[in-house]
Amino acid sequence: MMYSDKVWDHFSNPHNVGEIADADGIGEVGNATCGDIMKIYLKIDKDIITDVKFKTFGCGAAIATSSMATEMIKGKPISEALKLTNKAVVEALEGLPPVKVHCSVLAEQAIKHALADYYRRNGIDPTPFVGELKDAEACHVH
Amino acid sequence: MERFVYADNAATTKISQPVLEAMLPYLTEEYGNPSSLYRFGNITKRAVEKARQEVAEVLGADPFEIIFTGCGTEADNWVKEIMRSLQKKGKNHFITSVVEHHALLHSAQRLEKEGFEVTYIPVDKDGQIDPEDIRKAIRPETGLVSIMFANNEIGTIYPIKEIGAICHEAGVLFHTDAVQAAGHVKINVKEMNIDMLSLSAHKFHGPKGVGAFYCRRGIPLTNIIDGGAQERGKRAGTENVAGIVGLATALSIANKEMEETTKRVTAMRNKLIDGILSTIPQCRLNGSRENRLAGNCNISFLGIEGESLLLRLDLAGIAASSGSACASSSLDPSHVLLAIGLPHEVAHGSVRLSLSDFNTDEDVDYILEKLPDIVSTLRAMSPMWEAMQKGEVSYDI
Repeated sequence: MMYSDKVWDHFSNPHNVGEIADADGIGEVGNATCGDIMKIYLKIDKDIITDVKFKTFGCGAAIATSSMATEMIKGKPISEALKLTNKAVVEALEGLPPVKVHCSVLAEQAIKHALADYYRRNGIDPTPFVGELKDAEACHVH
Repeated sequence: MERFVYADNAATTKISQPVLEAMLPYLTEEYGNPSSLYRFGNITKRAVEKARQEVAEVLGADPFEIIFTGCGTEADNWVKEIMRSLQKKGKNHFITSVVEHHALLHSAQRLEKEGFEVTYIPVDKDGQIDPEDIRKAIRPETGLVSIMFANNEIGTIYPIKEIGAICHEAGVLFHTDAVQAAGHVKINVKEMNIDMLSLSAHKFHGPKGVGAFYCRRGIPLTNIIDGGAQERGKRAGTENVAGIVGLATALSIANKEMEETTKRVTAMRNKLIDGILSTIPQCRLNGSRENRLAGNCNISFLGIEGESLLLRLDLAGIAASSGSACASSSLDPSHVLLAIGLPHEVAHGSVRLSLSDFNTDEDVDYILEKLPDIVSTLRAMSPMWEAMQKGEVSYDI
């Protein structure tokens, strides 16, 4: 198993690490038993994601995908963030080892959960926008 | 200049200079085939037989009982073959432990698929085996017991002599995977009631790609590779002459210098363990403190994940392992750490640092200088650590 240079870059210098105290939406996915938890905080102003932070417990790929995924939605409209796929995150990282692809799925889900939280806080049903969100029941369900 | 500290000696070791020098002639001028009849071939044949003699001497065995293999795993796989031949005598039951290396565990699982019954002996919180559990597990149809000499992940050393005695009392064969122990712990197969043993050269400053299987005279051995007459026809294929010479040289040196090496490596390891436990909060040593391989230090750091710790150590120039090198491509936490009762999330946060006589006090100081900051950085970005700090989750360590 080998990581790309891009994964190493984002792992060694992760972007957007931290919390947002007055976040407009928070999403947490994964669980400690499986070895990865991702928590994403969003600051949203007029449908634009003005700030995003993350906290991740997990392997190198989990940290690198958190960093890359948050970078890819920062400053973007919600509509674009909703379109972010795990595949796009993997491509931006110049690939992930097959056993680590689930980390990119977690990153995509964490963002969707955070956006759903934002909708709910504003009294809007998130389902039409983010679809049905399910929590992974077993470890590393893709 | 960036420092490089190699602290993964349980994964593999550096070839020592005398071993390299002993091997070199067989990689250059002395390239004759040991099976050839002319004198040029006799030179390498003699080198192989001298190596066999040396290995036998270290183990307290007869040279006839030593077979060179391609690796320790191959030697372990022989256990399967022996079990298959015992089945013809009505012996359908195999006993091993839950903490074996995958070479043994996956062999046991293969046997189960073939219809054998396998008992996996449990371990206590230190990873130790109670020999009485083995006595209780033995049945009339038990053919073979295989218990590792020392654990590759947490370094626990097992009461091999006692286990061997129990097996022999019951008329059952006893194999031990001594891959982590050979060259590090005194082994005498006769005194320790060992019928079969596996070892691997690269764990004690020998080359990769060569191992040995000790099989007591009188045990019927099925060929593992059919072909020519090499290794009594049991393991055909032209000998890895340089490798075999390297294995024997490395084992002889390790055995000769064992007392001195153990003393020095144990002192470095204790300094490392004490240093970590006293400077980093919320971490625990895995495995017995006393009954432990000299170079092994396995620690769980709560709130962080082992692979990211390993990668950060790498960025600081420190080579370590999270659990077992073989597990680094799988996502499940180590079966050994789960067997000693660690919760999954604690097992995920474990790192093995394994020292050898090639390490120095400065290496240990360097690890102790770098590690606390790395752990703090990862904890600062961990939602699990955050939950622990808020008292939402806690672990009894």
